[in-house]
Amino acid sequence: MMNMNKLALLFLAAAVAGCAAQGDGPATATSKAAEKPAAKVEAPFASTYKAYPGTATAIRNVTIYDGEGGRIDNGVVLMSGGKISGIGGPDMAIPDNMLVVDGRGKFVTPGIIDIHSHLGDYPTPSVEAHDDGNEATSPTTPEVWAEHSVWPQDPGFSRALTNGGITSLQILPGSANLMGGRSVVLKNVYSRTVQGMKFPGAPYGLKMACGENPKRVYGSKGRMPSTRMGNLAVNRQTWIKAQEYKKKRDSGKEFTRDLGMETLAGVLDGDILIQNHCYRADEMAIVLDMAKEFGYKVTAFHHAVESYKIADLLRDNGVCSAVWADWWGFKMEAYDAIPENAAILHNSGACVIIHSDDENQIQRLNQEAAKAQADGRRMGFKISDADVITWLTYNPAKALGIADKTGSLKPGKMADVVLWNGNPLSVYSRPDKVWIDGAMMYDAANPRLRPVSDFELGQPGEGDVK
Amino acid sequence: MRHFLYAAAAMAALTSPSYAETIAITGGKLVIGDGSAPIDGGTVVIREGTIVAAGAGVAIPADARKIDASGKWVTPGIFAGFTRLGLAEVDAVDGTNDKSGGKSGFSAAIDIAPAIDPFRTPFAVNRSAGVTRAVVAPEPSGSIFAGQGAIADLGADSDSVTKARAFQFAIFGEDGAANAGGSRAGTHLHFRAMLREAQEYATGRDNFDDDLLKAEDAKALLSVLRGETRLLIHVEGANDMLRLIELKREFPAIKMVFVGVTEGWRVARQLVQAGIPVIASALNDLPVTFEMLGATQSNVGRMKDAGVKVAIGMINDRDAHQLRYTTQYAGNLVSLEKVPGATGLTWDEAFSAITSVPAEIMGVGETLGSLKSGKAADVVLWDGDPLELSSAATTVIIDGVEQPSGNRQQRLRDRYARPTEGDLPKAYDR
Repeated sequence: MMNMNKLALLFLAAAVAGCAAQGDGPATATSKAAEKPAAKVEAPFASTYKAYPGTATAIRNVTIYDGEGGRIDNGVVLMSGGKISGIGGPDMAIPDNMLVVDGRGKFVTPGIIDIHSHLGDYPTPSVEAHDDGNEATSPTTPEVWAEHSVWPQDPGFSRALTNGGITSLQILPGSANLMGGRSVVLKNVYSRTVQGMKFPGAPYGLKMACGENPKRVYGSKGRMPSTRMGNLAVNRQTWIKAQEYKKKRDSGKEFTRDLGMETLAGVLDGDILIQNHCYRADEMAIVLDMAKEFGYKVTAFHHAVESYKIADLLRDNGVCSAVWADWWGFKMEAYDAIPENAAILHNSGACVIIHSDDENQIQRLNQEAAKAQADGRRMGFKISDADVITWLTYNPAKALGIADKTGSLKPGKMADVVLWNGNPLSVYSRPDKVWIDGAMMYDAANPRLRPVSDFELGQPGEGDVK
Repeated sequence: MRHFLYAAAAMAALTSPSYAETIAITGGKLVIGDGSAPIDGGTVVIREGTIVAAGAGVAIPADARKIDASGKWVTPGIFAGFTRLGLAEVDAVDGTNDKSGGKSGFSAAIDIAPAIDPFRTPFAVNRSAGVTRAVVAPEPSGSIFAGQGAIADLGADSDSVTKARAFQFAIFGEDGAANAGGSRAGTHLHFRAMLREAQEYATGRDNFDDDLLKAEDAKALLSVLRGETRLLIHVEGANDMLRLIELKREFPAIKMVFVGVTEGWRVARQLVQAGIPVIASALNDLPVTFEMLGATQSNVGRMKDAGVKVAIGMINDRDAHQLRYTTQYAGNLVSLEKVPGATGLTWDEAFSAITSVPAEIMGVGETLGSLKSGKAADVVLWDGDPLELSSAATTVIIDGVEQPSGNRQQRLRDRYARPTEGDLPKAYDR
């Protein structure tokens, strides 16, 4: 429910991929692929993200939430070559060559992942010229890609990093349209180009939206859809076309490319994940049946303020709910939102993700999760701190199709790590250091490790604590 | 002074509870709310809706109902520094949204008090979160003057207005310019011209040039001009604040309070010199507009250190529904104390910024905002540190009356604690 009045996009002048720093970080999936002749001409705007150089580091004497529900007290986390190279208890051996960070009194989590952000496509400053999140000219625009609207100079990326410990995030088109376009997953590392931020090897998502927004936006223009039944009709007609397109494409005969249909066929192929904005329980149930009708899967319902009413259904269908802790009452379909939404889902065995959809709350997803946990505990539900951290790390990684690469502190995964100066579920804690692919990208004690976007350079407050 | 007496009388007439018992709350960690440190094992005594005494070693009257607060925190209720409480049930449903009355053709005359509806669900939801009083402002539309705001209590009764016409609300900066012809120059011109019209109105209807104001608007502005009614001004940018401070010199009687104040730290010294208190957004740290380039969460702490009187408010920030964020925001300001280079508030300062300080800034500090003797008994018991995310209010007392617990959200929660339907549909489950 991004504010409708913001947004934007600057096309950067074509940046020549130059001598981006080559670190001892991991070779990316993309760079590996680039060594081989392209089998498919299917990766335009490919990721050029490269990990920055990191120092092999051990954090010890620290409380660890591993992102998959595990907790280790007085633990050790090892990072080398851009990867997690070890995790264990106080007895874990620390290789001699490692820089040792004492984490006494501090906590470690995987890097926080926001599955629902509009940073870059609704950046600050929120001027009309930056209003690039909704291609609100047709109710179905599967042909647009959010990455083509992302302004990599959005100051919001830096706040998400330094205050929120965000290391990866999905940028989605807005919700004006039933099919809003492709999403893009980014590493939260500034780059001159959006390609330089793209998470290597992350699948695309398709943003879909139920409910009030599409019918309001198009109904007010005298167009279909103007009702919820209109929403469904337009969706189903479009999926029928997508099935025909896929059939044609798979027949081996010549066919004319169609950008929108390519995306929808990608969904039917299972390559593109459905990220579905949907508030009401009854509408989610209808969408699940529509997905069955056309043979695709909904990966996550976003906002999903009424998921608690159908927690069993969502669990049985293996669909995640990406939710706020307590947003409520701003629109009719958010009227039944309750702060216990996440807790009831969790208690029912359904997948919970805490998301932001907001350039401010992305800076404190940890706090939003803590509130949701507390509300659940007051209902008598047992929700461990370590489980709550999965809502911000492993679960969103799963729903983005990147859980094999990040989202937990398993050896071999990207060393996306936050060291918190206290329990991240306390209001009094903030990130102390953040590593992305093993490179230290934020250190509270080092003003030089505080990113300043081009926009803020030479402005009041440049380089200030934020 | 006349004005204050009026306010006190209005409070007595409108919000005195129909019954008020003598209550002694004992054994809790007691926070007075005036910036002093918490007192372990403190006692609060309430009689006839008023705080009799609060502190260590306070005598407990024989007739008092005792509330054991052992293991709990006892504090004044949260005073939400700037809100639109009771003005919207569902923001996007027009019929339930009374925030803006600009299309009425009036501006400064708009009095938001009758639009505040204590039966709207945000009252109960935010009361459950320990919020007991709120500054309620109209939303501007079509004029730099939005109208007269109120101070409300969140009690579960039909009398929610503590003080009607408690302040006038105006907008400067980008929003002000948009409502004054497109330029900040227009804002200043409108400001002067409208106040001049109000003065003319005072000297007799015959002299009244009603180009910009209707007579009712002029009457409302006259009380601003005379300093009888506070003028809250939404302003974010450093330059806009400096220019407003200059305007204040032209109209020295006007009691200005700045609201929003994202770049306040850049002009903190001037704010102190001009004696202008502020109700600030707690955590703005993004350049949302070009008048907020200097945004930082250290703003509040830096202003406080410079000597500015600072309270926290929800300025255009989920202002009708999420007053319950106030404690979280205050907690975040405390967290900054541990961040190298950042400036936050101590816990005691932060808690006073959401209790006694906003009450003082709004001119009701003598009767509201802390647990000092003689103040209205707005008292909240918490199951832990009230600024911590895991804590909740367990008992809420407003004007000496223990409030009912429960709200619509809790009913939905209870219905769906186990989402699967039972022997009958959920519609039968209550």
